[in-house]
Amino acid sequence: MNENRKLKRRWRTQGGAPLKRPMRKWSWLFMGPVLIAFVIGFVWPFIQGIYLSFCKFTLIKDAKFIGLGNYLKAFKDASFGHSFWYTALFAVVSLVLINVLAFMVAYFLTQGIKGSNLFRTVFFMPNLIGGIVLGYIWSMIFDGILSKYGTSILLESKYGFWGLIILMCWQQIGYMMIIYIAGLQAVPEDMIEAAKIDGATKWQTLWHVTIPNVMPSITICTFLSLTNGFKLFDQNLALTGGQPFIIQADGSTIKTTEMLALNIYNTFYSSNAASKGVAQAKAVIFFILVAGLGLAQLAFTRKKEVQQ
Amino acid sequence: MKNSLAAERRRKAVMSIVLTIVCIIYVLPVLTVVINSFKYNTFVKTDTFALPLGEMWAGFKNFVKGMTFGNYPFWQSALYSLLITVASTALILLFTSMAAWYIARVDSKFCRAVYYLCVFSMVVPFQMVMFTLSKTADKLQLNTPWTIPIIYLGFGAGLAIFMFVGFVKSIPLEIEEAAAIDGCGPLRTFFSVVFPMLKPTMISVGILEIMWVWNDYLLPYLVLDRTKYMTIPIHIQYLKGSYGTVDLGATMALILLSIIPVIVFYLLCQKHIIKGVAAGAVKG
Repeated sequence: MNENRKLKRRWRTQGGAPLKRPMRKWSWLFMGPVLIAFVIGFVWPFIQGIYLSFCKFTLIKDAKFIGLGNYLKAFKDASFGHSFWYTALFAVVSLVLINVLAFMVAYFLTQGIKGSNLFRTVFFMPNLIGGIVLGYIWSMIFDGILSKYGTSILLESKYGFWGLIILMCWQQIGYMMIIYIAGLQAVPEDMIEAAKIDGATKWQTLWHVTIPNVMPSITICTFLSLTNGFKLFDQNLALTGGQPFIIQADGSTIKTTEMLALNIYNTFYSSNAASKGVAQAKAVIFFILVAGLGLAQLAFTRKKEVQQ
Repeated sequence: MKNSLAAERRRKAVMSIVLTIVCIIYVLPVLTVVINSFKYNTFVKTDTFALPLGEMWAGFKNFVKGMTFGNYPFWQSALYSLLITVASTALILLFTSMAAWYIARVDSKFCRAVYYLCVFSMVVPFQMVMFTLSKTADKLQLNTPWTIPIIYLGFGAGLAIFMFVGFVKSIPLEIEEAAAIDGCGPLRTFFSVVFPMLKPTMISVGILEIMWVWNDYLLPYLVLDRTKYMTIPIHIQYLKGSYGTVDLGATMALILLSIIPVIVFYLLCQKHIIKGVAAGAVKG
């Protein structure tokens, strides 16, 4: 390792002994394709998106700078506020349920039960099915149950909420379970053994030995399920598409089961062409929110690393 | 001691039973799709959980109808899905691994800037760029299944470069030095020395990209010229979107057809998939 570092320093200080200089000659080939695609697919749309959030426009060509007007409108928009709180509630509830259940399943699966591999295979499977397809599978199931009571998932927002929670649990538990299993398998065997010899019960061992040792996994899964909840789109669109709608006194509509991403999408592609600027401003707010969660995760995991 | 052994066995038995029940609950939704794909449309809503027996049995009519439903055949969507997934994944694997090697080894200020930009792009949600990206793609005429992989390469580069750079940094420099001393130029060093060593990360990145592109709905929906090209998720959404005329039996048949290849793929490379997904999750 030390050798490697020395070599690297030599590369850096002497202009890269054997390969660095010839490599630079080929930079256009190594970096070119990715850079071009990256500019087209990310950098340019991102910069343009930030700029357009301060503009009034229907097409990009006719953009006119108007300052913070779009942001003010976005914050005043009742449907945006509703979708924010709805998303936050959804993210927190799904976070707790998914992580508790996934941890339980992972704990069971690391106890040396026969058939653990088969269980693991089955629990992970829903992860491979796409959000749109998942949404339709579950909308058929929920409607199959609810039609017996003369109702539908599209008729009451609480059905839509819990339906989406069940769907997300079904999809995500297997994913989080994999991360928890990896964490649980890394817990030193002798620590658990020592606790047992000291007379700790199974529960005490779990609480005071196992869980503190899998804290890194818990952090990862917590943030993953939180950001997944906030970014959710396909499943939301396919399961309820925001229904049922409430028409307010001032004529505007609140889609009661609409989450943030879907709200932004609907604002962009609604019949009201003038709302594109507002939609882009909402998208920037959404980006800041999601990026903030990502940064918080980074800070959190870094802090943990220092402590260890 | 004997007592505690018996208790241990009892505990395991209880856990096994709980897991088995959960396992059955897990499989039920897929089974529901299977039984409903063989049912006539009218019975899907009223008898969702009944077996398709007697007058409900539609045989393979739903599959035939689904395949030819509307003015856009399903097999065409499936082919486009396959083309886009394979091409995008191949493009991403080749070009991001090249760029990642360059970034990790040359390590100039520019390289580091690109690297941090890639990391940054991983936390940007698609809604942030979706409008401008679809307009840009339109303008550059990247709106066909043959050119959309370029968009995927651009938008998906972040995670791939991040994972490849991490791996390249763990490869000892001596191997490349030896190749250089033996007279290999950068191209040969990369393709015959470094590229084969990247295999484990290739598999992880490849699986993450395949799962992403195959299931992706919004990006192709906004970028592709929908009058000419559809993918499987777009097709299924389109079927449900045609309110009133929707044939639930046929939709379930198509859903079944679209998840069979995924499940087969999963069962074939289960180990790699689970490992790849776990590697992608711990990117932190």
